[in-house]
Amino acid sequence: MDHARRPLRWLFDRAEAALGTIFPPAWNPLVNLGALGFFFYWIITASGIYVYIFFDTGVHQAFDSVEYMTHEQWYLAGVMRSLHRYASDGLVVVMLLHLLREWSLDRYRGVRWFSWIIGVPILVLVYVAGITGYWLVWDRLAQYVAIVSTEWLDQLPFFAEPVARNFLAPDALESRFFTLMIFMHIAVPLITLVLLWVHLQRITKPRINPPRGLMVGAFLSLLALSLVHPALSQGPADLARVPGTLQLDWFYLGLYPLLEHLPGPLTWGAAATLLIILLAMPWLPPLRKPAVARVDLGNCNGCARCAADCPYAAIAMVGRSDGLPFSAEAQVDPSLCVACGICAGACPTAMPFRRASALVPGIDLPELTIAALREEVERVGRALPRDAPRVLVFGCRHGVPLDGLRGAVALACTGQLPPSFIDYVLSKDLAEGVLLTGCREAACYNRFGIDWTKARLAGSRDPQLRRRVPRERVRTIWAGRLGAARLAAAVAEFQRDLATAAPLPRPAAPAPHHLAASDA
Amino acid sequence: MREPLRWAGQTVFFVAIAAMVGLFASWPSYRQFPEDQAQIKLSLSHGAQRVEACRRLSAEEIAKLPPAERRPNTCARERLPVHVQLLVDGDLVFDEVVAPGGLAGDGPARIYRKLIVEPGQRELVARLKDSDRPGAFDYEMRAEVSLAPQQSLAVDFRADAGGFVLR
Ligand code: HEM
Ligand code: SF4
Ligand code: SF4
Repeated sequence: MDHARRPLRWLFDRAEAALGTIFPPAWNPLVNLGALGFFFYWIITASGIYVYIFFDTGVHQAFDSVEYMTHEQWYLAGVMRSLHRYASDGLVVVMLLHLLREWSLDRYRGVRWFSWIIGVPILVLVYVAGITGYWLVWDRLAQYVAIVSTEWLDQLPFFAEPVARNFLAPDALESRFFTLMIFMHIAVPLITLVLLWVHLQRITKPRINPPRGLMVGAFLSLLALSLVHPALSQGPADLARVPGTLQLDWFYLGLYPLLEHLPGPLTWGAAATLLIILLAMPWLPPLRKPAVARVDLGNCNGCARCAADCPYAAIAMVGRSDGLPFSAEAQVDPSLCVACGICAGACPTAMPFRRASALVPGIDLPELTIAALREEVERVGRALPRDAPRVLVFGCRHGVPLDGLRGAVALACTGQLPPSFIDYVLSKDLAEGVLLTGCREAACYNRFGIDWTKARLAGSRDPQLRRRVPRERVRTIWAGRLGAARLAAAVAEFQRDLATAAPLPRPAAPAPHHLAASDA
Repeated sequence: MREPLRWAGQTVFFVAIAAMVGLFASWPSYRQFPEDQAQIKLSLSHGAQRVEACRRLSAEEIAKLPPAERRPNTCARERLPVHVQLLVDGDLVFDEVVAPGGLAGDGPARIYRKLIVEPGQRELVARLKDSDRPGAFDYEMRAEVSLAPQQSLAVDFRADAGGFVLR
């Protein structure tokens, strides 16, 4: 699996970096695929409601009512019809890219199986919605869709009477069947919406709306397309004639020629196999589950910062179980925790200056503890050569690979770093500058690692980087997996600037001890 | 990159995506059926006669049945297969014996077949056998049809209408 994933991941990284040169980081379309999906869904809903007002639901009147919209009322109903079609196409595109991206980033296994599994029926329903939509126009394309769809269903041994006989000849056509399609075309998108809501249940603060600029751009391009290349019907359906040459919407109907020509057992077998593989993928093979975050009650003061920062809703604040005089304690749900460590970065007791007691914070990653991190920082810092200004780099598993990079300390996620570590590095004279790196901006693998880090450094989110830390000695570069050259350049530039920076005020007195309660 | 360049880049990006969406929403077109041919759809759903005709139950047999299910006749449910032939201008284009549907073999036999034919004057002969009477077919239809290019003609069967029907 990993061999297939890696080239695709490289491709996504490349494309994201390329788009990053023209879009601000948060606008990058590739980091907004799910949000764009929602946006297209709303456009489809709004335009769908409008065209439904003018749509005649009788099978013999439907075609003319759609023609009326397209030709008589082209300026509004016609545009709405085109928006409805093109936003649906856009939805398929962003949905498939979103699926591929989550897969290539390995964000579909382990704890994330839930979003993935719910995504699979969403995928199917989006297609059903699109196909029933093409049916309603009752033009030659609709006739083709109706006949191929029902012939395909008839390959299954479920129907006593072949469903396709409903479209045998003009006198076979019944409005009952057509009414069923209209019903499905409304019900299926509504079910999809419910599933989309379920899809996001295990994600805190999901990005549902794209940034305003991206929304405007996407909407204007759909609108322009609708005006330049309006959606048209392809002549009224006539069951006494074979449609001949058709203009297919390849996004929704691209597989129809195959359904039409390949044997039923093959197409049904392929569809079922694909579905089963998609559903089984989170366990093919399962993610090696890292040890989840662990709460140490003796050090937890119930401040709830970890719960506020966890991107996966894995921490609940519950009643105190140990009698300490705090109102709550943190509790980790192991089935939701991905071991990103962002909670440890948020905990006020993850304080490297603490010497009196062993360095055990209120919450910690067993496989990469804050205590181990401090040891690593000291080891790496001491090994930095003094012939140039020393820069200590904090990075993560999802950014530039750090193995073999001198002066680098790898975290589970950059958001795992308590800001006091920066203070620690500088005041313990382990380096002259601290550089934080990680994923590409707005594309954090753990969703909020970068956002929280930036806010902690800026002093707008607890725990904050102390004011005494000289800001010119702390830099960030969100370089991403392919950003090794950018990172190296940033280190070199930082070293140059540090050579001329004001000298660090070395603390005369030992740093004060911060304890959880006093800091809260 | 400088700001105006970025705006230009974004515009190019959106135009390219919109063009891509617009393009594949209708292109390339697909030749679903050759324009110079016609189609015959042979489709029917017909229950053949039962394998065994109904017979009267004897008094002892009736007595053995639970009281609620006592009835004078018994009818085996299984049906015979249906044999259908279609000839176009004397050529046998369809000749199949189709088993009855349903798990117990008690349902209608179903046929759904699309045939491509040259347009023009055609002589159709359709035959169907749904009994175990030896020899000839039970139903036969002969028809002269004139098929236009791209026309779709359905050959259906309705026992209650006396046999084959063209639709
Ligand atoms: C209409 C279609 C869909 C929409 C609108 C949609 C939307 C979203 C959104 C908004 C998120 C949250 C992203 C974030 O805030 O970081 C998300 C996450 C996710 N989606 Fe979808 N989705 C769709 C279909 C699918 C499909 C078909 C799959 C795969 C089968 C899928 C797999 C996932 C996974 C695995 C995540 C979790 C990512 C994580 O935990 O970091 N989605 N989706
Ligand atoms: S390690 Fe990450 S996912 Fe687990 S509880 Fe901490 S913040 Fe949440
Ligand atoms: S003290 Fe640490 S573990 Fe306890 S609630 Fe606060 S952040 Fe979470």
